[in-house]
Parts: sequence; structure tokens; C-alpha cells
Amino acid sequence: MARATKMKIKAEGDGHVVLCLVSHPMETGRRKDSKTGELVPAHFIKEMVFSHNGQQVAQANLGTGVSKNPLIGIQLKGAKSGDTVSVAWTDNTGESGSAEATVS
Amino acid sequence: MKRRVFLRGTLAGGVLVVAAGAGLLRPVRVLASSWPVAAFESETPQEGLSAYFGTSEAQDSDGITLKAPLQAENGAVVPVKVETTLPEPEAIAIVVDKNPLPFVTSLELAGALGYYSARIKMLETSQVRCYVKSGGKLHHVAQEIKVTVGGCGG
Repeated sequence: MARATKMKIKAEGDGHVVLCLVSHPMETGRRKDSKTGELVPAHFIKEMVFSHNGQQVAQANLGTGVSKNPLIGIQLKGAKSGDTVSVAWTDNTGESGSAEATVS
Repeated sequence: MKRRVFLRGTLAGGVLVVAAGAGLLRPVRVLASSWPVAAFESETPQEGLSAYFGTSEAQDSDGITLKAPLQAENGAVVPVKVETTLPEPEAIAIVVDKNPLPFVTSLELAGALGYYSARIKMLETSQVRCYVKSGGKLHHVAQEIKVTVGGCGG
């Protein structure tokens, strides 16, 4: 199942802030299922790579300490109108997703 | 016929292995590291930092701003934002002292500005530390965040 991955770009300070939101449970592997009492297996995003016009500019490493539905923000330098920004993530079970947006 | 196909297959495979070995098939990734397993599995902040940065010694810096609430009602979602004016920041890491796994997240920079925002989980009231690697040195800033209801899933 593809997970919703959204991206938003806004001008802020000296650059553009890129926010990425993924619908993901970010299970720690420590939580117990309230019905069965069994531990819910860990399921979390590990890597999130941001690219600006196809060039990688930042990589976020996430662990189980990042909240559910992670909202991750970075800031681009020298982005111009029409530039493409993309993000690609992978989690510990091999699931992945991506999103792309254009600087307005 | 089949034998030929097989032979060709092995030959091509062999060439590929040699090319990879010689570094000709370098992965496209420019950002060096893969997911830092050791840092994320560390149970103390020091171990996590050593595993990630190679050192846990950092100097306090006023070139880093950590924007976070003084008090978080819900420890499951604590927004933090880091901005730094330090020259050429290479990596940013966020560490929560009292979390079961203190190394929460990190960002490796390759052209992006020194900025990182995320929402993190906190088990209880704790110092939240932010580390920035710049110019081969580790810089640090900390803030205590009070947590009313912990959120590390228990």
C-alpha cells in the first residue's frame, strides 16, 4: 500500500523551507497491542532523501523516536521558481515512497 | 544454445563484479553514509554521538538556535526546529537524554542550509540537545522540555 507522501515548499528566511509529511505509523517495537497484548513490531521510516533539481541536498536519518506521521523540514539554498524538489523515503520493512513539487 | 546463453550470462556478470570492485559503478548517492544503525541503537547519548560523529565532545555554541516548546503536553508529538548560522554545517543531530534510545534523528547536509525541523517523541521531561557538525568540530545547544504525558509507546 502506498503511503501518502506530501510536500510543501515555502519561502522563508534566506531560502525555501521544504516540508515533507508521510502517513506512517512509526512503530517503536515497544508498544503492546491493546487487544492481543502482543508487541507491535517496529515499523519506521529510516531514510528520507531530499533532492533539488535532481541533485541530492540532504538526507534525514529517522529512528523510532520520531513521531507518527513524520513532518520533516529542511531549507534549500538558492531555489528559484520552477525548480523541482523531490523526496524519497524508505522504511525498515522495505516500503518506500516519494513526492515531487515545484518551487512556485 | 542454452550453454551459450549461460556462458554469456556469467561473463557479463563477471565484468559487472570487476567494474563494481574497481569503483566504476559507484552508487549515485552523494551523501556518504547509510542509516547509522549503531547510533540509533545506542542506549546512552554519549554512545549515540560517538557512533555517529566519532566523538561525544562538543562545545556550546550560540550559532545554533533550538526552537522547541518549554512544556509539551503530549510527549508523542514534540515539534523541534534547529537553525544554525555556523559555516558549512555538515550534519545536525537531535538527542533526547532520557529517551530509551536517545539518538532520535539526524540530518546530513550536502548543499541544503543549516535548518532541520521534525516532530519527536519524548518519554519524560528531559534535556533535548542539538548537535551540529561544522568545520570538523561538534557544536551543541540544549534545552529542557517538560513533558506532561510521555509518548514513547508503553
